[in-house]
Amino acid sequence: MRQFLRVAWVVMRKDLTVEMRSREIVYTTVFFAASCVLVFAFALVREGRPLEDAAAGILWISIAFAGTLGLGRTFERERHTETLRALMLAPSDRPAIYVGKLLGILALMAIVEAVLVPMIGLLFHAPVLARPLWLVALLGLGTLGFASVGTLFAAMLVRARSRDVLLPVLLYPITIPVIIAGVRGTAALFQATPDEPMARFWAALLVFFDVVFVTLSLWTFEPLMTE
Amino acid sequence: MAFDFERLVVEDVSRHFGRRRALNRVSLTCGAGTILGLLGPNGAGKSTLLAILSTLLAPTSGRVRYGEHEARTAGARLRARLGLLGHDLYLYPELTARENLTFFARLYGLDRPHERVERALAHASLSDRGADQVSGFSRGMRQRLALERALLHGPRLLLLDEPFTGLDDASGHALLARLRGLRDEGAIIIVATHDLDLAEGLLDQVAVLREGRLLSVPSSSGSLRERYRETVAAAQAAQDRGPR
Amino acid sequence: MARVFLPLVLVAMALFAAAPLVVANAPPEQTMGLVQKIFYYHVPSAMLMFVSAFVCGIASAVFLFRRSAAADRVALAAGELVVLFGAIVLVTGPLWARKAWGVWWEWDARLTSSLLLWMIFLAYLLVRRFGGPGSEKLAGAMALFGMANVPFVYVSVNYWRTLHPKTSVVMTLAPGMRAAFWFCVAAFAALYVLLLTLRKRLEDRQAEVEQLYLAAED
Repeated sequence: MRQFLRVAWVVMRKDLTVEMRSREIVYTTVFFAASCVLVFAFALVREGRPLEDAAAGILWISIAFAGTLGLGRTFERERHTETLRALMLAPSDRPAIYVGKLLGILALMAIVEAVLVPMIGLLFHAPVLARPLWLVALLGLGTLGFASVGTLFAAMLVRARSRDVLLPVLLYPITIPVIIAGVRGTAALFQATPDEPMARFWAALLVFFDVVFVTLSLWTFEPLMTE
Repeated sequence: MAFDFERLVVEDVSRHFGRRRALNRVSLTCGAGTILGLLGPNGAGKSTLLAILSTLLAPTSGRVRYGEHEARTAGARLRARLGLLGHDLYLYPELTARENLTFFARLYGLDRPHERVERALAHASLSDRGADQVSGFSRGMRQRLALERALLHGPRLLLLDEPFTGLDDASGHALLARLRGLRDEGAIIIVATHDLDLAEGLLDQVAVLREGRLLSVPSSSGSLRERYRETVAAAQAAQDRGPR
Repeated sequence: MARVFLPLVLVAMALFAAAPLVVANAPPEQTMGLVQKIFYYHVPSAMLMFVSAFVCGIASAVFLFRRSAAADRVALAAGELVVLFGAIVLVTGPLWARKAWGVWWEWDARLTSSLLLWMIFLAYLLVRRFGGPGSEKLAGAMALFGMANVPFVYVSVNYWRTLHPKTSVVMTLAPGMRAAFWFCVAAFAALYVLLLTLRKRLEDRQAEVEQLYLAAED
């Protein structure tokens, strides 16, 4: 177990170090997410007033789009140097490598969301500070659900054809429950009187989703990555 | 607790991708302290065989034995005794030489990582460039670093895919010396290469692959290049005669 | 194969030949009249779509963890049938909705869940077709995840809908209808088994051809 965590930690640290040298993925993904918000704002805001629940929807759509971009770019980098092979050669538990990569993606998404949430609060007058802990919980659980499936698929797609378009094709249908839960839970929090029981219900659903899909991903990582 | 093996036995290994047969019933044996040369034209199946030997790929039939163990049952412990230097060098260009080696040392769970890293840098003659990013290195420097990365954990079986590509004379000879040293320490080294001149004095055993099959090599005297040519010509003639 | 094939074809054909008669003779429903009868094809298709999704998911799991090529062929056949039966559901559903409630689509929970499942398995087929070599494993993971997703899709879409209550798709079955309904379920089930067996057989033959190609090279 200790070895498992060590390997995951080492892989994550390496990913973050590599990223911090150029910061290319962080900058472009954050900028992309911000552009998404603006595009949707222009589409969904009429006469200076956003459609009901638009803020929650726009937040989660931007997270999904930016997440897909970040996943694609991160694994493209591994493909370029074939270093995923080197990781698979190591005498470590293969799922530990998956966890390490997942943690790296979560760190990236955390940075993106740290920019998106204030932006949403500002542009749509959304009460992001009304129930901050619930909001963080929803964002954390939802991002984990999205990223757990995304990391697995992106890793597998490294050696496939048409990988750029296949990642969204595969990822979005599977993660729709996450989007639904995230949007409805966040919308419940953004109401005039925040609806905590509602948010709790959706957070519970996300917990179940995360448990099931992280477990499935851990199980299937090795058979998927080996030929 | 320490997992090791003295012989590598490849039994009737075949591998196909859809309709394309990459390897066709290849068998060979290699003992400790041997350098085996894997020769053959492009597309002969050299890289595929190396991938199978490194456990990254499974054969579609046949098996590979490392001592009495097989890849599927031995798992992670076996990978701790294998080293692969692929065509792509598996280095992170954004990291420094030292960081690259340290990462792999930590990934492999090696003890005294700093010592090993410094020793590896010394072997690669890169001690003074340890803090520089790999993206600034020449091909030769990267090759040396990548080789040391593959050797960090002291593997029993070392697999090299075209290691002499892009190396200048001095680096090429330095690599030869390093390989000879490792062979003398008991490693099993398998080198896939085109460079017959450099490999001339290096190889203890020779295996020639053509279109996925292992050709028999005449043990006649004569340079490696001559023997290789003979082998390929004989196979071509046999093919032209038609199937039996 | 011939042993099992012929009886299957006969059974399926007989059931389907009789089905329109059975459906026509079933008692008409009070509110919707003739339109309601599309229900007899719509619901069995939906049931078999879900069954096929589970068959595909389980076969994919066996393929991934036991490396069984035969399981992969079953998975492919089942995956195609999810898309086929799903298409029937998604065509008959809106037809019914249009006549019954005046709109083609109004985000009914079950229909939306079916659409989602349909898209997941459509993606399954896309990956197999365009993913290049080795895409069977990736598709297998997709099918497995899709199958695991069914409860989540159902719950989330259901509760997403409760804010906009609308007429439900399901209604209580009068006794006379029950017989007709289960008859149609049997007919569709026979069709499903027939198509699955047939498609898997086709894949088996294809695999044999590949083997022969390889053997011929020796």
